[in-house]
Amino acid sequence: MTEPNGKGVLALYWAASCGGCEIAVLGIDDKILKVAEAFDIVFWPCAVDGKVHDIEKMPDKSIDLCLFNGAIRTSEQEYMARLLRAKSKALVAFGSCAHEGCIPALANMNSREQVFQTAYHDTPSTDNPFGIRPQTETEVPEGTLYLPLFYDTVKTLGQTVQVDYYLPGCPPEADRIWEALVAILENKLPPPGSVSGATTTVCDDCPRTRTEKKIKEFKRTWQIIPDPDICLLEQGLLCCGIATRAGCGALCPQVGSPCIGCYGPNAGVADFGARMMTALASVIDSNDPEEIDRIITEGIPDPVGSFYRFSLANSLLRRKALSNHRLVAEAVPEGG
Amino acid sequence: MADATFEPKIIAFLCNWCSYRAADLAGTSRIKYPPNLRMIRVMCSGRVDPTFVLKAFALGADGVMIAGCHPGECHYLEQNYKTMRRFAMLRHTLRKLGLEEGRVRLQWASAAEGAQLARAIRDMTEEVRALGPLNWPAQWSEEDGSIETAIQRLEEEHAQAMEVAA
Repeated sequence: MTEPNGKGVLALYWAASCGGCEIAVLGIDDKILKVAEAFDIVFWPCAVDGKVHDIEKMPDKSIDLCLFNGAIRTSEQEYMARLLRAKSKALVAFGSCAHEGCIPALANMNSREQVFQTAYHDTPSTDNPFGIRPQTETEVPEGTLYLPLFYDTVKTLGQTVQVDYYLPGCPPEADRIWEALVAILENKLPPPGSVSGATTTVCDDCPRTRTEKKIKEFKRTWQIIPDPDICLLEQGLLCCGIATRAGCGALCPQVGSPCIGCYGPNAGVADFGARMMTALASVIDSNDPEEIDRIITEGIPDPVGSFYRFSLANSLLRRKALSNHRLVAEAVPEGG
Repeated sequence: MADATFEPKIIAFLCNWCSYRAADLAGTSRIKYPPNLRMIRVMCSGRVDPTFVLKAFALGADGVMIAGCHPGECHYLEQNYKTMRRFAMLRHTLRKLGLEEGRVRLQWASAAEGAQLARAIRDMTEEVRALGPLNWPAQWSEEDGSIETAIQRLEEEHAQAMEVAA
């Protein structure tokens, strides 16, 4: 639906996210005024006083563009995802959480029970003498009160409803947001289902010098002061640039910090972690099984956190095995 | 967990030059091994991307075997060393994701080792049978209908709220 004033209709929403994507939209600076010129913003809980029931009353497909950030971990978020899907012509998974699950999806290393146990009992700052936990239904004299259902497994937006475009990044860079908005305004849209942005990797944007990668030891960032000109991976730092989609301009490696993969997998990659495993296996300089095992277990104590920091929900396995599904003893402690 | 009627589904990636021929040899030598393996021939064990293994589990496999030429005997010089490193990386990650180690196996088998490959297949089938069905997709399907109920409740609540407002 185009408004009588000729403007398009825009909605923004957040689900399980940190709010950074909302700020990132404002990162386009004064161009936000051009967005306001081109669109009527009907819904943006962070900035505009629109109500859910206003959206519910709108006819289907009456929102031209919906930028949806955040992963889906409660029934309320799933409801909003379905509602905005029905009301929007183009639904964009905006940012890493909606695209791949991002940090909220690391909760998939635990079950709902474990998350509740930590949040409502174990944390030192929690004072919960009656052991109260959120219930989906509570009987009170006035009737029944409901809370949204908290899922065992965090989902991506694309695993919940059909998504038209993906805008990767944690958060997406302002220039990429603007490019996507311009593409929409000029009706130069990519094919549905595509990920907006580059198809190369962060390495292609990284100015560091690369030679043959051969490493005997992975190092943590605090263990070395990296050389400013040489590839970080060649220096033993676990840099995910080799598997990560370009688009950020290689900001982190340029300041000596390894890429952590927030732009998600490069085009054509189904599983970010699998790509990292493949790439790193080629880099390890050893043919001795015991030495290889030592390099890997000592150098990458938390492989899921290193390879799936942003993409666990969108990975092929999506989560750690649920303990109530099959009890699995952890031989090695997490982290390190 | 052990269930007498459970027949594990194991996906096996066998390299063209050694392990697939070992499986052929096992067949032509009339060596019996359980029919639980679905064999996929690849040109080299180095071709096996961890994606293949993860996808097999995500689609419901109970185990995955990767078989290739012995180290030093790769048809493509040293790609199976890459397999060795990749497998170590994959096993390390799968362990953290709560998959039992017996569900993935790297097996070296030369073209002459039909009997050894058949034994490895028997061993792995029994090991996976003892571990029980994996059924990984059930991990993330919250299928008890609770989500639909919760969403329906929200719709009802919103409808009621609208009635009051009107």
